[in-house]
Amino acid sequence: MKARVHVMLKNGVLDPQGEAVRHALGALGFDKVEGVRQGKVIDLDLAEGATEADVTAMCEKLLANTVIESYSIEMQ
Amino acid sequence: MKAAVVVFPGSNCDRDLAVAFEQAGFDVSMVWHKDSALPEGVDIVGVPGGFSYGDYLRCGAIAAQSPICKAVIEHAERGGYAIGVCNGFQILTETGVLPGALLRNAGLKYICRTVNLKVATADSVFTQGYNAGDVIGVPIAHHDGNYFADADTVKALQDQDRVAFTYEDNPNGSVADIAGILSDNRRVLGMMPHPERAADEGHGGTDGAAVFRALAGMVTAA
Repeated sequence: MKARVHVMLKNGVLDPQGEAVRHALGALGFDKVEGVRQGKVIDLDLAEGATEADVTAMCEKLLANTVIESYSIEMQ
Repeated sequence: MKAAVVVFPGSNCDRDLAVAFEQAGFDVSMVWHKDSALPEGVDIVGVPGGFSYGDYLRCGAIAAQSPICKAVIEHAERGGYAIGVCNGFQILTETGVLPGALLRNAGLKYICRTVNLKVATADSVFTQGYNAGDVIGVPIAHHDGNYFADADTVKALQDQDRVAFTYEDNPNGSVADIAGILSDNRRVLGMMPHPERAADEGHGGTDGAAVFRALAGMVTAA
């Protein structure tokens, strides 16, 4: 069983890396990019019986810092 | 007077912090991250700078879950004194002992130089050796020193006089120029600049020494 966790900086939190990527894309001539936000994808291999609630607890405790980050979970 | 300095894999300012405590008259023990208890009778805990656990996941995130950090959190909850510098500040925010978080520097670059800090409050054991408004030169050395907290938290920090230091010329994008903050009981200080690297003539400046001198005799075990 697998789960994929997406961790992104919350809206309103400056993402300097995303901004740098946006500038670089602009410099390469990709002039239709209005914004870039950069995040993380964390893939978990889970034992049978693991639930989304378990993954939520992992996100709250370690995988995301909810002061600055939001997360979403895909159970696969 | 007893101080304990926590050592994580990847800590690199632990000995500097220990020397600063020793020069201020403390007996210092080094505490390994796998230890689950602080030594008996510790008056203050130092959480040093560095790159604990390689800063994997987020700066300080793995260290915040280590056995010794549970003991540090309990120490702080009992009303014990603690100082976290640089990575130590990041760790203390990750544990929730201090509010907010440290983001990547707004300019994306690692910055290593001496900056001017304003002492924002003299009302703490850490800052009582200064006058509010004093400007001191203290080195910074960080890639993720951009202090962030939501507007309500920043307002609470300001209203409660818990901003310890601000940058004179904000190097990293920190909200409200914040360089260091105090816990609600004023007994825990977290700051990105390194007072322990400005505590001896050999460092090229001694403006940070007052932080440690002021602690001597003022902190008691909790």
